[in-house]
Amino acid sequence: MATLSEGRLAVAMFEEPAALKPWHVKLRDMARKQPVGVAGAIIVVLMVLMAIFADIVTPYDPLLNSYEYMLAPPDGNYIFGTDMLGRDVYSRIVYGARTALFVGFASAAVGGILGLILGVSSAYFGGLFDLIFQRVMDVFMAFPLVIMALAVVSILGTGTENVILAIIVPFVPRCARVVRSSALQIREIPYIDAAKACGFGHARIILRHMAPNVMAPFLIMITAFVGQAILTEASLSYLGLGVQEPTPAWGLMLQGGAEEFAESAPWVAVFPGLAITLAVFGFNLFGDALRDVLDPRLRSSQ
Amino acid sequence: MALLEIDELKTQFFTSAGTVLAVDGISYTVEEGETVAVVGESGCGKSVSALSILRLVADPPGRIVGGRIGFMGRNLLELSDREIREVRGRHIGIIFQEPMTSLNPVLSIGTQLTETVVHHLGYSEQKAASRALELMEMVGISDPPRRLEQYPHHLSGGMRQRVMIAMALACEPKLIIADEPTTALDVTIQAQILELMKNLTRELGVAMIIITHNLGVVARYADRVNVMYAGKIIETGTAEDVYHRPRHPYTLALLNSVPRVDQQRSAKLDPVEGQPPDLTRLDGSCSFRPRCRFAQEECAQAFPELAYVGDGHRAACFRSQEIAAGLEQVA
Repeated sequence: MATLSEGRLAVAMFEEPAALKPWHVKLRDMARKQPVGVAGAIIVVLMVLMAIFADIVTPYDPLLNSYEYMLAPPDGNYIFGTDMLGRDVYSRIVYGARTALFVGFASAAVGGILGLILGVSSAYFGGLFDLIFQRVMDVFMAFPLVIMALAVVSILGTGTENVILAIIVPFVPRCARVVRSSALQIREIPYIDAAKACGFGHARIILRHMAPNVMAPFLIMITAFVGQAILTEASLSYLGLGVQEPTPAWGLMLQGGAEEFAESAPWVAVFPGLAITLAVFGFNLFGDALRDVLDPRLRSSQ
Repeated sequence: MALLEIDELKTQFFTSAGTVLAVDGISYTVEEGETVAVVGESGCGKSVSALSILRLVADPPGRIVGGRIGFMGRNLLELSDREIREVRGRHIGIIFQEPMTSLNPVLSIGTQLTETVVHHLGYSEQKAASRALELMEMVGISDPPRRLEQYPHHLSGGMRQRVMIAMALACEPKLIIADEPTTALDVTIQAQILELMKNLTRELGVAMIIITHNLGVVARYADRVNVMYAGKIIETGTAEDVYHRPRHPYTLALLNSVPRVDQQRSAKLDPVEGQPPDLTRLDGSCSFRPRCRFAQEECAQAFPELAYVGDGHRAACFRSQEIAAGLEQVA
């Protein structure tokens, strides 16, 4: 391989069936074709690892107050400094990743799956069901995501579970809409008729024969949803309607630090802000790359 | 009693342009183990008549508005949705026209082959897997264990159609409906697939309804033939009768339009002139009249009954006797 020219190498790799390549070669190809996406994936993976091993990678208990070190600037002991209650900002950010990812994945997964089932069903049954269902979705979509989530939280009350529910509600119609448009095309393909002719029931056709065929747009959307969910959770927490103290959450940390200490102790707000930005950025990059890979229409001609 | 008895079946499509009388009162029977062909040009209602048997016509816009479909002592048109689903795939299998798109791209061949037997016959995964292997061998696919792992895009069109046949046969149905099973395949594969279907239905004693516009297929593979025109059966009889003793001008015209090996290459084909009628505007006269070279006054008055012109041979034409006489003269 080493003696081959660059162009020949590319051709040889193109001709080799993808399934036969070892995983590290696939990964290298992927990094070459989608450097931005891989960067996003690395951010996502780091965040997940950080959240899982939060106990190990943090030097302090995120809830522990130490009144001698209130608003201590970043130094060797507290690499991101401490907040006004003397809690380690770094530890709180790491544990905050747990909250953010839990809310992000839970709401994207539940909202996405509900949207998938409803969207595919809507396309499959068609007719009056589809018409009425889509109008109901229109009503939900008329509200911006954060406003809708705010409305739900103000009815249900605050707390992590309610925040998840509040993010699920606006996600379902968005997911259902996208899935439905793909499923409408799938419905017209003869294998769906063939499944009907085999005597399968509606549920089986929807879940087993149609849903797997809309996986590409679905996965892309789910990834984007996780980023959006993290952002929405941070917004709600910032407004005091989301995750409540003393649970570490990025939005909450911003709220506690932004106005009062913007000049005297900027680290209290800057680091959680950066964490939010980086997380959303990572998921969006990853989602975009996933779309390029999974959506044949956007695949480059090279 | 015949296996399948279709009686005065009427299927209509309700569209903004009017009501399309796609199937307009057709009746025929299929005996156990018999192969019946339904022939006709595009849009004559042959596919719709076949889909109507399993109530697979999309509603809206289509609806079966009348008639009776007797199958195993029951009227399929009166079954509940659940009951008709138990007939589909279990007692009546169907093979579609497009092998390229009739298999689900995200499910493996094995999954698709085993799904019906697990669903209808309650087979265990293991039993279903061995049944799948058996079916693959039956339809002549080499290296079945490997093929079962593969996905539809790994298979050629001919192989996919073999898989479709295997799927249709999986639950040992009494009847198979093949809706233009070879139209999308190239000619050599067509012959292979037809031979396979013929042999399998004969070995297994399965009856078959084969929908086609290919008269060659009819002559070779069917026991009996129904010729459809504009939603009606206009001639029915044994393949022998219809092919050698046509009694309806449309059948005659169709047969004359087929290129023949025994004619000179310079001989001109004799096409059926004109277009089939608009199925939203049928006026009760003979629908073939505008294209018929035998048309006369009487044909504009009423649609001729499907009348006996021989033993088990019927044609819907006022002048079928004259056509018979004329053909004998030529011979």
